[in-house]
Amino acid sequence: MSAGAGPGPEAGEPAEGTRVLRTDVLARVEGEGAMYVRLDGRRVEEIELRIYEPPRFFEALLRGRAFTEAPDITARICGICPVAYQMSAVRAMEDACGVHVEQGPLRDLRRLIYCGEWIESHSLHVYMLHAPDFLGFSSVVEMAAEHRDLVERGLRIKRAGNAVIELVGGREVHPVNVRVGGFYRAPTRSELRVLVEPLQRAREDAIATVGWASTLPFPAVERSLEHVALVDPDGEYPIDRGSIRSDRGLDIAPAEFAEHIVEEHVERSNALHARIRERGSYLAGPLARYALASERLSGPAAQAAREAGLGAICENPFQSIVVRAVELVEACDQALAIMERYEEPDAPAVEVIPRAAVGHGATEAPRGLLYHRYEIDAEGTILDATIVPPTSQNQLAIEDDLRAVVEEGIELPDRELSLRCEQAIRNHDPCISCATHFLTLTVDRG
Amino acid sequence: MAEDPGAVTGTPDRPTLAVWKFSSCDGCQLSVLDCEDELLTLADRVQIAYFPEASSAAVEGPYDVSLVEGSITTPGDAQRIREVRAGSRTLITIGACATAGGIQALRNFADVEDFVSAVYASPEFISTLAESTPISAHVPVDFELNGCPINKRQLLEVISAHLARRRPRVRAHSVCVECKRRMTVCVMVAHGTTCLGPVTHAGCGAICPSYDRGCYGCYGPMETPNTTSLSARMEQLGAGELDIVRMFRTFTGAAEPFARASTEHERDAG
Repeated sequence: MSAGAGPGPEAGEPAEGTRVLRTDVLARVEGEGAMYVRLDGRRVEEIELRIYEPPRFFEALLRGRAFTEAPDITARICGICPVAYQMSAVRAMEDACGVHVEQGPLRDLRRLIYCGEWIESHSLHVYMLHAPDFLGFSSVVEMAAEHRDLVERGLRIKRAGNAVIELVGGREVHPVNVRVGGFYRAPTRSELRVLVEPLQRAREDAIATVGWASTLPFPAVERSLEHVALVDPDGEYPIDRGSIRSDRGLDIAPAEFAEHIVEEHVERSNALHARIRERGSYLAGPLARYALASERLSGPAAQAAREAGLGAICENPFQSIVVRAVELVEACDQALAIMERYEEPDAPAVEVIPRAAVGHGATEAPRGLLYHRYEIDAEGTILDATIVPPTSQNQLAIEDDLRAVVEEGIELPDRELSLRCEQAIRNHDPCISCATHFLTLTVDRG
Repeated sequence: MAEDPGAVTGTPDRPTLAVWKFSSCDGCQLSVLDCEDELLTLADRVQIAYFPEASSAAVEGPYDVSLVEGSITTPGDAQRIREVRAGSRTLITIGACATAGGIQALRNFADVEDFVSAVYASPEFISTLAESTPISAHVPVDFELNGCPINKRQLLEVISAHLARRRPRVRAHSVCVECKRRMTVCVMVAHGTTCLGPVTHAGCGAICPSYDRGCYGCYGPMETPNTTSLSARMEQLGAGELDIVRMFRTFTGAAEPFARASTEHERDAG
């Protein structure tokens, strides 16, 4: 039996002098994707990250639903980063209704649960999906046979992140407590206290992770990309809000997203490709956030970055594992700071009364900028929805990376070069389940 | 039971496990990796033979146990699930997509052409089926684990039960029983909050009422749910027909008792 292959470009005998690298089922990524690289001699003829996961039409099925349902429904786009979807959705709905949850304990709780998701998602990626590439294993389970302590450290960090999501949100995957306006129930100070010890431990483990990751072998690939991330108005490391900026001059409010960033549909992929209207491909995610906000890291995270030898910007995509580890330190530290100052709010949510309007929400999912736009009517029924996830924004940059990796490693045998290409894709922690909801389609009635 | 798939690659002491993805969010298979305390023990007890989200190595089937996440939404996947069934001694579906069609089954209630043309402008290079259907609509299923997402404790129980060759202890009663067990005050009785708990399959541990909100039915219908009675009560509490349609028609909306209830209320709403 074949192990679930996706449709790739037509297989066939390659022509004389043509070299083809293909992986039909990309492993250790979220969702279903494939990779295809074709070279003619030393020239790269074709590169593609093909997304064949079937679309689920979230933007269509949101129409006609209540504005209060958006956080629960859009969470189901991704089981790895549901909190990110909930946070962008509630921000967009509050924006539409003219409500702001920008200060105080409700915003703290939002940032706290978001930190939990960063910790859970980044530790999953660093230890379970990405580390096996560097150490030469097929999986974290296989890696555990030789690196038990390392794997247990990763699991400890991940458990701490999940504990935060579970306590604030009710459960790790698809939390139930987030609502437009705040939460259904705000946890008490004493409830949060149980998180302090595991998060302190996780912060130490995360600092050790930065040190370990910085010693991994990195292929010599430098990529000069336009980095796009949110910039927090109060100078914090960007997580839950901010304006959208780049290091090449983009500086816009979330409401201006569609004026500056266009999405194009290309045949080879079931996801739309985003590009900056004036310039082209760009990168979102940890490397972009770090490039725009490394000076905003908290003390322990900044120190860990320094000791790992990172500069103000990191342009080797393989080193994203180090930057992700730095963000683990930051998220643990932020979560601890929030718990330190947290006071229970008077009410778990502010009242949000719908009105006919358009709202925009942008937050930093673990994988990068996540943009939502909704149009609602006076009763709060959703008329239109647009969701742009980080992976469709990064798809062009990932393909550009692949080209650079192939050119740099052209002397490698096929198997090694293929593995390096797969690793290059995993550098950006693509979430294919997220990326496939934005398609046109034909209906086959069978 | 389906046809015997023939010799499997595992041993009686360490059977092989495969994890398959169809149309889904990956959250249920993530629950396997979220078993931080048990993952390495689990990997000792079973050979994780095929699990692309976690491993780039794939052992050829057939497999002792297949966990299947996701619903069937494309012609290709309708064929692929038959191959998975043929290559699996035991097939367990995990989550609301695999057992009820998932949130993407909302298309089943719409004219899919309208649904699609409303949003997508240009012709497309992929194909999709008009409906999102659960795995059991295509092949025999040995056990269905509910939830959006599944509860990882229940997943471990199902796998453990399989290893011990006993029936899984997974109750089919309502969420109400779980609320009583954890002594949560009834949100419907005490606060007048609409709640699907009385008709929803247990398994989550009654999380929503413990966070002061009503159950939204993500574990699907319990055995013999009385949706008519619950709807009448929710109407008394002020829920409109459209509210009730939406409540029944979300993450497990295509499951038969919920689909029937939402369709009736939609008709009443005109």
